Amino acid sequence: MSSRRARRSGVDRIDAAGAAAAVLFLGAMVVWPLVAIGVRSTAGVGPARLVSTLVSSSTIDVLGFTLWQAALSTIGTLVIGLPIAHALTRHRFPGRDAVRAFTVVPFVLPTVVVAAAFSALFERVGLRGVGSLSAIVLAHVFFNVAVVVRVVGGHWATLDRSAEAAAAVLGARPRQVFTAITLRRLGPVVAGAALLVFLFCFTSYGIILVLGGPTVATLETEIRRYAIFRQEFDVAAVLAFVQLVVVVALSVGVARFQRRTSVATTGRRLDPGLPLTRGLARLHLFAVGALIVAVIGAPIAALVIESLRVGDAWTLDHYAALVEPIDLLPVSPARSLWQSLRVAAAAAVVATVVGVPAARVIALGRRGSRWLEAVVLVPLGVSAATLGFGYLLAFAAFDLRRSPLLLPLAHAVVALPFVIAGVVPALRAIDPHVRESAAVLGATPLRVLATIEWPAARRAVATGAGFAVAISLGEFGATSFVSRGDASFTAPLAVFRLLSQPGETLRGQAMALSVIIGIVVAALAALLERLRGNRPGAL
Amino acid sequence: MSGPNRASRRRWATRPTVALAGLVLAACAGSEAADVAAIDPAEVAAADVTGTTVRLVTHDSFVVSDGLFESFTAETGITVEVLSSGDAGEVVARSVLTAGQPEGDVLFGVDTTFLQRALDADLFVPYTSPELESVPDAFELDPEHRVVPIDVGDVCVNYWIDALPGEAPTSLDDLADPANAASFVTMNPESSSPGFAFLLATIAKYGDDGWEDYWRRLVDGGVVVTAGWNDAYYGDFVAGGGDRAFVTSYATSPVAEVVFAAEPIDEAPTGVLLDSCFRQIEFAGVLAGTEHPEAAARLIDFMLGAEFQADIPLNMFVAPVRDGVVLPDAFVEHAVAVDAPQTLTPAEIEANRLDWTQRWTEIVQG
Repeated sequence: MSSRRARRSGVDRIDAAGAAAAVLFLGAMVVWPLVAIGVRSTAGVGPARLVSTLVSSSTIDVLGFTLWQAALSTIGTLVIGLPIAHALTRHRFPGRDAVRAFTVVPFVLPTVVVAAAFSALFERVGLRGVGSLSAIVLAHVFFNVAVVVRVVGGHWATLDRSAEAAAAVLGARPRQVFTAITLRRLGPVVAGAALLVFLFCFTSYGIILVLGGPTVATLETEIRRYAIFRQEFDVAAVLAFVQLVVVVALSVGVARFQRRTSVATTGRRLDPGLPLTRGLARLHLFAVGALIVAVIGAPIAALVIESLRVGDAWTLDHYAALVEPIDLLPVSPARSLWQSLRVAAAAAVVATVVGVPAARVIALGRRGSRWLEAVVLVPLGVSAATLGFGYLLAFAAFDLRRSPLLLPLAHAVVALPFVIAGVVPALRAIDPHVRESAAVLGATPLRVLATIEWPAARRAVATGAGFAVAISLGEFGATSFVSRGDASFTAPLAVFRLLSQPGETLRGQAMALSVIIGIVVAALAALLERLRGNRPGAL
Repeated sequence: MSGPNRASRRRWATRPTVALAGLVLAACAGSEAADVAAIDPAEVAAADVTGTTVRLVTHDSFVVSDGLFESFTAETGITVEVLSSGDAGEVVARSVLTAGQPEGDVLFGVDTTFLQRALDADLFVPYTSPELESVPDAFELDPEHRVVPIDVGDVCVNYWIDALPGEAPTSLDDLADPANAASFVTMNPESSSPGFAFLLATIAKYGDDGWEDYWRRLVDGGVVVTAGWNDAYYGDFVAGGGDRAFVTSYATSPVAEVVFAAEPIDEAPTGVLLDSCFRQIEFAGVLAGTEHPEAAARLIDFMLGAEFQADIPLNMFVAPVRDGVVLPDAFVEHAVAVDAPQTLTPAEIEANRLDWTQRWTEIVQG
């Protein structure tokens, strides 16, 4: 018995180290900057003014609209994303992996390009003004559908079909099977994905600004307006505080729901999907295919076409020009892409190294795990401006605020929730009996870790790492607030900068660079699936 | 999976509290008053600055040609590290937040519209660079030389020549004609720097009691307001496939249309409405709290020098302030001369910014 306790404490030490690393990382990269910017912004401001800002009708209106558009966007993303996730994990058909890799592309496309594409689309169909909310929701769906497809799909593929089959044999109708069994088992992971999407939409900036027009305001656009244009930092701080409260409340609520509804699965064996024999399944796939083409394909096709046009002719000139230095940019567009990849690799390593042990602590419900779960999500739900300005103050004492390390660390902070969102459900899905049997049979906790937990979680770890790369490659908000030297000039910044002066070649190159960012991410996603033996669930 | 013991729980609980208190203290210490004694040019000339690194805090649009700073390093022994992020407004905001503990030694990129705010926040140490002798006095908006002018540009309404609904307009009044206003796209002054500059142009032209009527005419005529420059220029304007012939952009935009044309062209496809131009000067200054005031001052001298000034036009598409700088051919041939731009002083802008944008928003909201 004493020797077992010793072994246990070995794993406990690993857990403690993992928790400590996560707490240290989040403390330095989230809590400290937020405290620093909060204190600085409200220095010398009386509590009466802060409270009156907090409870003013405009704050409440803005909060209301922010929640409303984020809720609609999340529902829209689930409605579009879940059938796609289902089709891509439960059915087997030629080209499935390619489609799955493709669905991640919108997630990394620069907002400035996509928002402009949607704006043009809505202008052309005469929806400007009357449809700003629907334009916002549609653009959010486009960006975030990958989150649902990947996070939910990855988990869906590990659910075995025997329970559903048994229910069907016992006479349950397909709808009953779906709601009583499939949805129940998917519930926690759907809630997690929905939370991520909600937080993205909650703090969305470029889309709201471009598609909403001058009369639409969210907490995020107001924070930036007050912090940058008006420089009434105390008002911005109050609005950022409101954001923070919403994020923490939501993440605590969702975490409670997940713990209550978590259902163990047999976990390890992946469902290869049914071959397409039934007519109904074909119809479903056809509908999903149309959905993908309409929602994801159309804007991307417009982008690709623009990247290939000069005047009325088709050409690869814009692509060829990417390797040339250009006056407007500190490095060539191709070089910026290479620098982006390096930052993304570093960010993915940090997010995985910090995220996986933290996910284990959360999944096993260790001490402090609830707080950890909430704090992890804060960077997704607070303004990039708040964190960016926070870094300026928090790291003033060290050289870190101008260190090239700051950018990958900031990206890792944003990517961390995606690693955790995938790994936690995978670990929770391990049947407790399997763990207990292993322990009774004398397996050391370390052995349980290596032979039960790791195989169950490694798909999710790969998904998370892939997501971290994708997030970093597409990241613009936090990047634009971090002071950088030329070596940290990333591809999304290059796209933005290329679109800041007139000239047909600049616009063409911006489109070409965006297309290449998309191709890189799709290729990475396909590679991850291939590396893991053509199984579903990778990035 | 044994539970934690009580002692370790208590230990965990106290640590963040202590750390938090430390953070609050550290954050408060940041806001000490800065030393603003002027830098003496004689000391700058005499100081040994070899081996120092000077950090230049600036916005995302700052670019210089490859190797430009190397010649500065060869000359002075000073290494330049560029730290860029955000736009001009963000650069000022971050510098105000870090006043006294600056991110770097020199700030470049505060423009006419944000200058007063930066001066009010005591961000800079005065330094009268000897190079200012070669700069026209009209550009020196700060008599104390806390900042010096580096470049000058004008925000102007551009039009696509082949898409004009009628005759090319020559005045802001013409632009408000219903046919033209219906074909005009500009930007929200609270989210776009050129958008704000155009609002200021109308205020400078029509005065405090006339500009609102002017904007009502634009709005009634059907002007469209976008969030930023690129959704206007590449979205609604003809250049990006839109159908609007007028857009708020820069006096140098026709030059960029030629320089970055896909196939070589002799004439710019766009023209500039001279009456609509609002002048923006960009300034640089030595940040208060710098540990290298002399080296920072040398960088200011360099940025005012002939080599740096000649490098400005094709990288940033604005004009140098220094007299006698030879402009690139593209500028000579395609840039329009804005002889009588609309102007407002930085103090006027700062005093009225919130009121003006508030009133503007009410007009646009209808």
